[in-house]
Amino acid sequence: MKHNFQYFFKEGVSNMFSHGFMSFAAIGITVACLLIMGTFSLVAYNANENLADLQRENAILAFVDENLDDNAVKGLQQELECVENVSECTFISREEAKKDYLEQYDDNDLYSNLDDDVFRHRYVIHMTDPGQMLATKELVEGVDGIAWVRADEAISNGFVTVRNIASVVSIALIAILLIISVFIISNTIKLTTFDRREEIAIMKMVGATDGFIRWPFVYEGLMLGICGAVIAFFLQWLLYSAITSGIANSDTLQLLRVVPFDGIWVPVAVIFLIVGILVGVGGSLTAIRKFLRV
Amino acid sequence: MIRLTNVEKTYDNGTRALQGISFEIADGDFVFLVGPSGSGKSTIIKLLTGEIIPTGGRVMINGFSMSRITDEQIPYMRRTVGVIFQDFRLIAKKTVYDNLALAMRAVGATNREIRGRIPYVLELVGLAGMEKRYPDELSGGEQQRVAIARALVNNPDTIVADEPTGNLDPNRSLEIMTLLERINALGTTVVVVTHEKGLVNHFDKRVIMIEEGKVVGDGMGTYEVKE
Repeated sequence: MKHNFQYFFKEGVSNMFSHGFMSFAAIGITVACLLIMGTFSLVAYNANENLADLQRENAILAFVDENLDDNAVKGLQQELECVENVSECTFISREEAKKDYLEQYDDNDLYSNLDDDVFRHRYVIHMTDPGQMLATKELVEGVDGIAWVRADEAISNGFVTVRNIASVVSIALIAILLIISVFIISNTIKLTTFDRREEIAIMKMVGATDGFIRWPFVYEGLMLGICGAVIAFFLQWLLYSAITSGIANSDTLQLLRVVPFDGIWVPVAVIFLIVGILVGVGGSLTAIRKFLRV
Repeated sequence: MIRLTNVEKTYDNGTRALQGISFEIADGDFVFLVGPSGSGKSTIIKLLTGEIIPTGGRVMINGFSMSRITDEQIPYMRRTVGVIFQDFRLIAKKTVYDNLALAMRAVGATNREIRGRIPYVLELVGLAGMEKRYPDELSGGEQQRVAIARALVNNPDTIVADEPTGNLDPNRSLEIMTLLERINALGTTVVVVTHEKGLVNHFDKRVIMIEEGKVVGDGMGTYEVKE
């Protein structure tokens, strides 16, 4: 039988409005579930980004052989930049190193007589993937003119572990929230279909196929899911903006870097839409399944 | 044609509703299926509408074997059988026209076919011009006529009426039964389940009597139905 899109869609939308309160409840629950999931995911994403920033700041220090002349020292920059996984390489002269060192202490007088020669020329190396610190360190050590290399692997590994744990916990919690959302939405839509069981039974009795009965519910679930996703997206936007400006104005929290919404709205919108449609259509199909057994 | 051969039906709770029932209803027949409550009439209706399948024997309905029918074939079998219920089972929030249109759309009819067929069927059941009424704006007799129109609208081979006059007064009951007789005269097989002795005796039709899941009488004319 031909798919009568116009009829099925019209029926789906008309059912949505004729059961206004239950549709409102289904949309409300979709919005609430998406907002909870979305907020949690965005917090997890930002936490991960901040951890990644901290991890990136944990750079490798490559100390230059003291026997090299100034030209050779400068020439190392190009060589180091060619090493795999090196994203950025900054030269720090022994004078700059001394200055930085002294700035760390309030009581500068104690070190005022310190000779520049105590310090070595060095390169501060940042990596594309900080998780590969050990391998990068070995490659840098292999560069001629580098006397020795310092890399705090314990801190780097600690970041990797924390990020991995945070990722697993986030994914698990998001999955649990998603399952709970589908369950709640399916039960809400089940309530909307309950008073239509007689209608479904009549349709079955006159020879309607399961597909004919299902399609209006599919379109209804689709519309409920899209409405829920769109509303949830705009509320998420407002909430995120409010939190972002709250953090920016806070004395203590402003050190945190919050990813601007402009940079993530597309994936957020797409995920909300997909999840909204999946739970809407999935919830509808689950809800009418038992009424089709006539 | 409807043919039941040694049909058995035992429900999951162990109730033996039908115990080797056999009868045949030819195309164009008008048959009363009578018997006391709990005799197995409802089980026969459920077999004829594909709600249940027999646990033994063979049931053939308009070319479909109910013992071998697949889930996908059941809607197509149901399209050959129009069903009328005691409680009408109309959709209250749809107009008379939409109740009938739903039944036609369910079998893939186009809007043009629907527009052409519904006025004809409504006229046949004596409800011409009532397309825009809602079921609760109609009397019981009129609602049952709408239900008959819905059963007829897809031009089924057979109409099965389960206590169609159970909710109606004697005059309306007679009107409904006369209407079913007219429909039968146009060539549709009609099976009426009832325990209204007066009505059965009023029409000179074939009567199949069921008791305790067995056929205890099958013949033309009037029957003394045990209350």
